[in-house]
Amino acid sequence: MTNTRKRIFIGILLLPLLAAILVAFACSSGSPSGTLPGVTTSGQTTTPSGARINLTGAGATFPYPLYSKMFSEYSKISNVDVNYQSIGSGGGIRQITEKTVDFGASDGIMTDAQSAAAPAKLLHIPMTSGAVAVVYNLPGLSTGLKLTADILADIYLKKLTKWNDSRITALNPGVNIPANDIAVVHRSDGSGTTFIFTNYLSKVSQEWKDKVGNATSVKWPGDIGGQGNEGVAGQVKQIAGAIGYVELAYATQNNIPFASLKNKSGNFVAPSIEATTATAQGVELPDDMKVMLTDSANPAAYPISGFTWILAYQVQTDQVKGKALVDLLWWSIHDGQKYGPPLLYASLSADAVKKTEALIKSITYQGQPLLDR
Amino acid sequence: MRGDAVFPAVTFLAALAIIALMLLIVYQMTIVALPSLERFGAGFLTGTTWDAVTEEFGALPAIFGTIVTSLLALLIAVPLSIGAAIFLTELAPSPVGNVVSFLVELLAAIPSVVYGIWGLFVLVPLVRDPLQRVLGDYLGFLPLFQGPRFGVGVLSAGIILAIMILPLVTATTRDIIRMVPSTQKEAMLALGATKWETIWRAVLPYGRSGIVGAIILGLGRALGETMAVTMVIGNAFKISPSLFAPGQTMASQIASEFAEATSDLYISALIEIGLVLLGISLLVNIMARLLVWRATRGVGGRLKT
Amino acid sequence: MSTYATRKATNWIMLGLCGLCAITATVALIAILSYTIAKGAPAINLQFLTSLPQPVGETGGGISNAILGTLLLVGLACVIGIPVGLLAGIYLSEFGGHRFGSVVRFTADVLFGVPSIVIGMFVYALVVIRMGSFSALSGGIALAFIMMPIIARTAEESLRLVPTTIREAGLALGIPLWRTILSIVLPGALTGVVTGIMLGMARVAGETAPLLFTAFGNRLGFQGLDNPVAALPLQIYRYAISPYSDWQSQAWGAALVLIALVLITSVVVRILTRKRR
Repeated sequence: MTNTRKRIFIGILLLPLLAAILVAFACSSGSPSGTLPGVTTSGQTTTPSGARINLTGAGATFPYPLYSKMFSEYSKISNVDVNYQSIGSGGGIRQITEKTVDFGASDGIMTDAQSAAAPAKLLHIPMTSGAVAVVYNLPGLSTGLKLTADILADIYLKKLTKWNDSRITALNPGVNIPANDIAVVHRSDGSGTTFIFTNYLSKVSQEWKDKVGNATSVKWPGDIGGQGNEGVAGQVKQIAGAIGYVELAYATQNNIPFASLKNKSGNFVAPSIEATTATAQGVELPDDMKVMLTDSANPAAYPISGFTWILAYQVQTDQVKGKALVDLLWWSIHDGQKYGPPLLYASLSADAVKKTEALIKSITYQGQPLLDR
Repeated sequence: MRGDAVFPAVTFLAALAIIALMLLIVYQMTIVALPSLERFGAGFLTGTTWDAVTEEFGALPAIFGTIVTSLLALLIAVPLSIGAAIFLTELAPSPVGNVVSFLVELLAAIPSVVYGIWGLFVLVPLVRDPLQRVLGDYLGFLPLFQGPRFGVGVLSAGIILAIMILPLVTATTRDIIRMVPSTQKEAMLALGATKWETIWRAVLPYGRSGIVGAIILGLGRALGETMAVTMVIGNAFKISPSLFAPGQTMASQIASEFAEATSDLYISALIEIGLVLLGISLLVNIMARLLVWRATRGVGGRLKT
Repeated sequence: MSTYATRKATNWIMLGLCGLCAITATVALIAILSYTIAKGAPAINLQFLTSLPQPVGETGGGISNAILGTLLLVGLACVIGIPVGLLAGIYLSEFGGHRFGSVVRFTADVLFGVPSIVIGMFVYALVVIRMGSFSALSGGIALAFIMMPIIARTAEESLRLVPTTIREAGLALGIPLWRTILSIVLPGALTGVVTGIMLGMARVAGETAPLLFTAFGNRLGFQGLDNPVAALPLQIYRYAISPYSDWQSQAWGAALVLIALVLITSVVVRILTRKRR
């Protein structure tokens, strides 16, 4: 009898028990202790002490390469671990509105309707600015393609469907452009990169403005949808004849060629840090930092660039997390900026940093500012 | 003695939980989909615009894409599955049959995302060239095979779905064929029929409703399949007569947009797509279950005349 | 009327085609398996299995977060799904002979057919929004909902295979019905019950769609049940669609790990069920 009892006991409890062990195992070995394997921080032993604080953020894929680098570095010098999921700016806006994350991230400005839907006031804290590269995959053509705003708009409107169209070849004399069909790749998710891109197209093409418009997700006339900057870059890399738009870091890290665009002053400019930095020069920044930088009048500017923001509630409801968040933001716009240029993101200008400092200082918990500086 | 009162009650509660869960799913989804249901009404099912800017949502392209990819999958998978099931039950020597059966069942255990990654990196390039090249060059006069050949698209999605439902349909058909009483076959063979004629005229007709059930079961799986399809279909919201064109299914649309939808109406519309998908798969599954149940419940060997 | 020769030819052709179908199905499996092994095996080493992901664009790093996450999520699904599924299975086989029983049976079958992405949306609305956070818990709940009907139905089937005489024998000895079921009937059906549980585990371990809006993913490893957590299928998806070749090869490696987990479970199930016969 006891033998049978034992067998039942095993039968019923074995698996949940196993599960419980797994949970315990996961708990004990899963917590990241600041030292990531493969990374050696020589000499510096500022081992964070005390309990670790977890922040969850979600949103823009545009600054994801930068954020994952910054946050990983930050976790080494602080007791804050940031789990950032790059689900797209639309997702960032939505999830911070639903309060399922501690902060959101977007490269598009929230619309009035979106701000109204949020339960409280959300600040747009700029982190960096970057360029949206127009990437392509043409056999035998790894550099040097030039495009104008009209052509880009018509390609994305599907009015121009062959790469060797006379309008493209006339602009690129001496460049051997193959006869591939143009596979127009766009974002399938709600995206700030899309916001910047369609913001630019709406400024330069009346037809685009009327037919499609400017938003984080629009009604695409194009062919193929990819999820995230990652997905678009992935599709462009896979499909011969594809054109897409991704943040510059995704193009350079993956050796995907990108086009030079004719800017407002008539110069052909390739995306770069300098060309992105130039975009913001001569622009009067508003105090709330909600400004689009596309189609800049600066002669050296790349026309499709913009800020990317972290979205945070001005009134925080959790003191510990709120404090961790403002410290993270403060660090990001100062010390954290140095991680931008290696990944081709342009650092914030002195003016931008000053205005952003004021924004971060305005974040409060129970009426008290959270930042103690 | 008290145990005898408590225990059945506890198990009853667990059983009730299953029904409650099902009802809760329908209820919760309907609640959230309500704004979209009220705003678009029946027009939601026939609308072809999906525009988050103007907040106009119609699900027809996604419904169309779901139906086309699923039918394509059936078209490819059903003959293969029935053939393989016949081979397994009627032709293969037992050890071979066991091994193949085992392999086919393993195929069913491979996770969807693995089919997806395989589809993305192996199948899509193969579909682009040679499949789309050959189809486009020789059958290009049909609207089905026109348009740019990107690889990703409805055709790739249909093929990957076919591979995914193959094991399910094969295994179910095999079980159905096994249920056909041997007397039926023996009678046919005794009349001088060849083995194929026996299968074609006696075995398959006898198992017809069960096999139809197996096919519908496969359809149910194909309709709701998400990840592999999302990875190869191209996620473009449009209706195209060409199988080469990128498309969208209900499930793939939810997967790529749900976490990112910004406005309430947008979310509501996506949930309504989920509700439509739920409704269709419930219908299909109920049909399949009824057919398969009836076919396998009839005790094998007993004459059913 | 066909002549004997053509009939015979048709016979061989059609039978040959059937063989061909079986070969095609087998080849598809072998193609997927062998390709995954060929691409995945080079990516797998100790560091890959035991370290956390690196920042985007930097090479190296591993998938320990995803492996632990998947084990945790499946574990959670078991904790929630097994008791309910098993009890419902017992109800169906022992007390569910009447109309309500068939309603439950039918609902379980239908629930099994609900697309997993729909379960994901449902749990997002039910749990994630209410908890105010993506979480390991919500992922486990989503997987449990998928697991429940599988366990209930397989448990029912195997309990039914235990002869009525055994129950009668137990009762005749004066053992209460509940003890008879738990101590005599259930052990007799143990192999089948465990098989069903393992089938359920294998199925949910590979699910991606319901985790997109629940477990959400986490590159830092485990941070508590109320925080997001990574999962193998989720990470495979995110890595596979990315342009980074290092991530793509990691996706293959992770796919191989996942397949190994799932197939080993399935093979164990096969061996268990074979023993029973």
